[in-house]
Amino acid sequence: MTTVSMTVNGKPVSAEAEGRTLLVEFLRDGLHLTGTHVGCDTSQCGACVVHVNGEAVKACTMFAQEAEGAEVTTIEGMANADGSLNVIQQAFQDHHGLQCGFCTPGMVMSAAALLKENPKPSEAEIRDYLEGNICRCTGYHNIVKAILAASGQDVGAIAAE
Amino acid sequence: MYAFDFEKPSTVADAVAALKAEEAQPLGGGQTLIPTLKQRLAMPSKLVSLTGIDEMKGVCVADDGAVCIGGATPHAVVAREAAKSYPALASLAANIGDPAVRNRGTIGGSLANNDPSACYPAAALGSGATIVTNAREIAADDYFQGMFATALDEGEIITEVRFPVPEKAAYMKFEQPASRFALTAVFVAKYADGVRVAVTGASEEGVFRWTEAEEALSSNFSPDAVAGLSVPADGMIGDLHGTPAYRAHLVGVMTKRAVAAAG
Ligand SMILES: Cc1cc2nc3c(=O)[nH]c(=O)nc-3n(C[C@H](O)[C@H](O)[C@H](O)COP(=O)(O)OP(=O)(O)OC[C@H]3O[C@@H](n4cnc5c(N)ncnc54)[C@H](O)[C@@H]3O)c2cc1C
Ligand code: FES
Ligand code: FES
Repeated sequence: MTTVSMTVNGKPVSAEAEGRTLLVEFLRDGLHLTGTHVGCDTSQCGACVVHVNGEAVKACTMFAQEAEGAEVTTIEGMANADGSLNVIQQAFQDHHGLQCGFCTPGMVMSAAALLKENPKPSEAEIRDYLEGNICRCTGYHNIVKAILAASGQDVGAIAAE
Repeated sequence: MYAFDFEKPSTVADAVAALKAEEAQPLGGGQTLIPTLKQRLAMPSKLVSLTGIDEMKGVCVADDGAVCIGGATPHAVVAREAAKSYPALASLAANIGDPAVRNRGTIGGSLANNDPSACYPAAALGSGATIVTNAREIAADDYFQGMFATALDEGEIITEVRFPVPEKAAYMKFEQPASRFALTAVFVAKYADGVRVAVTGASEEGVFRWTEAEEALSSNFSPDAVAGLSVPADGMIGDLHGTPAYRAHLVGVMTKRAVAAAG
């Protein structure tokens, strides 16, 4: 066991980790931040996406020790300072971008990474960016709408399929 | 996963020393190795992470014009930083997997793994790249030795890959939509001294050069030049996504598309 230290959602944290402890295990089991989900555990579904030093990564496919000293942001760090939903989360609610909600933490984290890189993405760019995020409920349509809305763009252009 | 020790050196020399331990293995972005460990298909005693080695990261252009990429450079960085110097390579990197995979997965890991359906092997072979390791320089033509097999020795790490920049090039991937790897993909590059055509995703031997197409394209760089050519279905991969004959057909189709895209 080694003590691993990083900053998670702005707070410095330390916990014990083995070499094989995954970042997602460190967050969920070590820090009890269970908002980050494990869907597939095989780097396919994106439910576990978090930001490490500002970049979207699959927390099930990175070791905790690789994030030593890093700035990590999880879904728990996304709300506004007063606890209200941030603009992306609010857009998911407004546009019914979730049903069971299992994929949603990863979707929101991926959406945030996309909007940081590309503040006004097209529908095609959104769909392309979400390639590694799988949703079994929504059919993606409302997720794409939510992200367009969160970027301040008109969602009317997307047909209500 | 079986238990292992974890080390994160900050120089190539320290990484090479750490890899001398029995059953030690390098860890690049982990996008292939971590799933393999979870399935208990590998049992290293120690993982030596290469992601903290600054001298193995980044994209630059050498005096002879070659684009040099550090072995631990993630795909996303290649997509951004090689966009001007080698657009076909940058666009290949930009279409590997998904954004999260591209933020972690590295060129060295991809070439060391030599998955028969991976993208980078086609770029390296198609560009006649040089694979630079801690010990030597290996020409791409000597490096790829069949499915998941390379010229790398135990404990040898890819520190850099050098790509001579062609006059024209393009990579065309027929994507396997679930895995996002190549069902069949072709990298075509036109150099002053001839054309190179590298095919991935098709052969049971892994990435290969389609020499017949290279000859035809070297005298006439147009999609028509390869219209009458075909590769035998013998030795092509057959699985639920496509038969050997289907893949052999795709080789021709993707080559034509790549030539058209290269312009
Ligand atoms: C969902 C998903 C989709 C993907 N889609 C694609 C795709 O479309 N196209 C594609 O080409 N790939 C794809 N990949 C694979 C991805 O590109 C991997 O990142 C890559 O194959 C391995 O690189 P890595 O840095 O993650 O290596 P790791 O997984 O860390 O290592 C792989 C192997 O290489 C060795 N190694 C690592 N770095 C070095 C080095 N510098 N020198 C020597 N040995 C080294 C390791 O010991 C290990 O044996 C995908 C992966 C996932 C999870
Ligand atoms: S749980 Fe990490 S990608 Fe599915
Ligand atoms: S809302 Fe259920 S998986 Fe996406």
